Amino acid sequence: MIKVSDLVVGIGGKTLLHGVSIACASGTLTALVGPNGAGKSTLLSAIAGDVTPEAGTVLLDHQPVHRMRIRELAQLRSVFPQGSEIRFGYNVEDVVGMGRAFRDLPPDEDRAAIAAALADSEVDHLRDRNAQTLSGGEQARTTFARVLVQEAPVVLLDEPTAALDLRHQERLLERARGLAASGGTVLAVLHDLNLAAAYADQIVLMRNGGIVANGPPWDVLTEPLISDVYRQPVCVMAHPERDCPVVLTK
Amino acid sequence: MSSVENVAPQQRRASRTPVLATLVGIAFCGVLVASVAMGPMMLSVSDVLGAIGARFTSSPVSDTQELNMAVVWDLRLARSVTAIIVGACLATCGAAMQGLFGNPLADPGIVGVSAGASLGAIAVVVLQISVFGIWTLPLGAFVAGVGTTFLIYVLARPGREGADSSRLLLVGIAINAIGGSIAGFLTYLATTEQLMTLTFWSMGSLSSARWLTVSITVVPALIGTAFLLMWARQLDLLALGERQARHLGVDVRALRRKLIVITALLVAAAVSFNGTIGFVGLVVPHLVRLIIGPGHRLLLPFAAAGGGLLLMLADLAARTLDPPNEIPIGVIMGSIGGPFFLWMIWRGGANGRAA
Repeated sequence: MIKVSDLVVGIGGKTLLHGVSIACASGTLTALVGPNGAGKSTLLSAIAGDVTPEAGTVLLDHQPVHRMRIRELAQLRSVFPQGSEIRFGYNVEDVVGMGRAFRDLPPDEDRAAIAAALADSEVDHLRDRNAQTLSGGEQARTTFARVLVQEAPVVLLDEPTAALDLRHQERLLERARGLAASGGTVLAVLHDLNLAAAYADQIVLMRNGGIVANGPPWDVLTEPLISDVYRQPVCVMAHPERDCPVVLTK
Repeated sequence: MSSVENVAPQQRRASRTPVLATLVGIAFCGVLVASVAMGPMMLSVSDVLGAIGARFTSSPVSDTQELNMAVVWDLRLARSVTAIIVGACLATCGAAMQGLFGNPLADPGIVGVSAGASLGAIAVVVLQISVFGIWTLPLGAFVAGVGTTFLIYVLARPGREGADSSRLLLVGIAINAIGGSIAGFLTYLATTEQLMTLTFWSMGSLSSARWLTVSITVVPALIGTAFLLMWARQLDLLALGERQARHLGVDVRALRRKLIVITALLVAAAVSFNGTIGFVGLVVPHLVRLIIGPGHRLLLPFAAAGGGLLLMLADLAARTLDPPNEIPIGVIMGSIGGPFFLWMIWRGGANGRAA
């Protein structure tokens, strides 16, 4: 569903991605991890169609992203951006509804979809609240609800769990897994390696604008690799209850 | 908890909308009749209605009725309709510019679009350009307005680093200063006769309103408002910032270009024959947002009605406070709008926090 080949992206004379290639199949959740400045968000924006690459291609559903019309692109992918802001006093329900504004879906289903997404993100009690008065976590949940109502087959999440508490981190990724299980393609930038280990089918580890490793959690999250890439000694062990690795700093 | 509080806001707002629309409609008609009836020559409501009715019937009229007809039809009604057009143009333009800049302080007067458009018109007058006949003046205002809006947008684009609301206001100060100095230079070049026109211009006045000017300004006013209504949903999504609006399917670059042209068109319609009248685009959309919320589908028509209402009242005050003289309407609006602007800054409206 997502196919990135030899992608080179530069901004202001600095090359941020040096020939990156990845593929994400539909029905899977891919986690994008790596130290600060590795190029994770740049890769995500390139896939979202926000930046024009210097070389290489991004295909979404076999179509090159940079030739697609903006309205068509909105039918194909939704984006959870880092740091969301809202001007004027729109309330939470209005903001979530904006996810449907230019979706070619039957308008009479909007109301039900919005109600379901509000409940899913546990923000239905805030539906009348001015979105500018929300806490960081509530804002992130509102944004995720907006991503849900867009009902796009490709879902791109940039640090969706950064502002969330433990319960909502798990709930959000559980929901993202659900989207993948029902045929979606989910790509999420995550900082928490343990969340990545628990929920991702595939982990892409980046450093300095390139990909260091790409594979299932047990293959990528190894002590020598993580210690080297993050320049921080770690130990990796099996999760006592889940069938996945756990990374702890030494 | 009452049952009203459990209703979704859209429903609550929707149920309030017809009531509000009716109230605004009644106020609008009342003020319209009052503004036609009042002036140096006071008329009763029946005089006004009789004079308007006589216009559409061929029955013979007395001398008094003939005079009433002339006052009502040729002087006051044309002027009130002009007030409605100018107020509606400035208020909807303000609402659209606030959406475009993501800033509730974006007003055509404050950020300098009105100054730019006036400059275009002043240049037409002083340099005696008349290539397009009577349309030259509004056309000059429109071209200068587009140029100015574009320049302001390049300098104070939202979402760019450091492009917060104070930057927009700083750009506005600079643009107004530049516009003022060029206007000053043109004033220096002007003949005594032109000077009269220019003075009235810089303070704003509806005293030149005639049916001819109405027929010229009503066209861009209607076209501009219709386009803005068509883009209401896209304007809503701009509140999320350019990048997120794009993610949700809004072609922001195209929308931005279209909005710059249409807002300049509305400003040109407002200033061409009536000079610069400030703060309408600031006060009206802000109050409307407080009452019916920020959604542009309702904000734009209510702002248009509210702008017309406000300018009719301001013009009524301009004509009747110091008879038989006229206070420039720009002075009236400045005395209301200036303190309002300070109040918005004090309330923290500068960051888009206030409704």
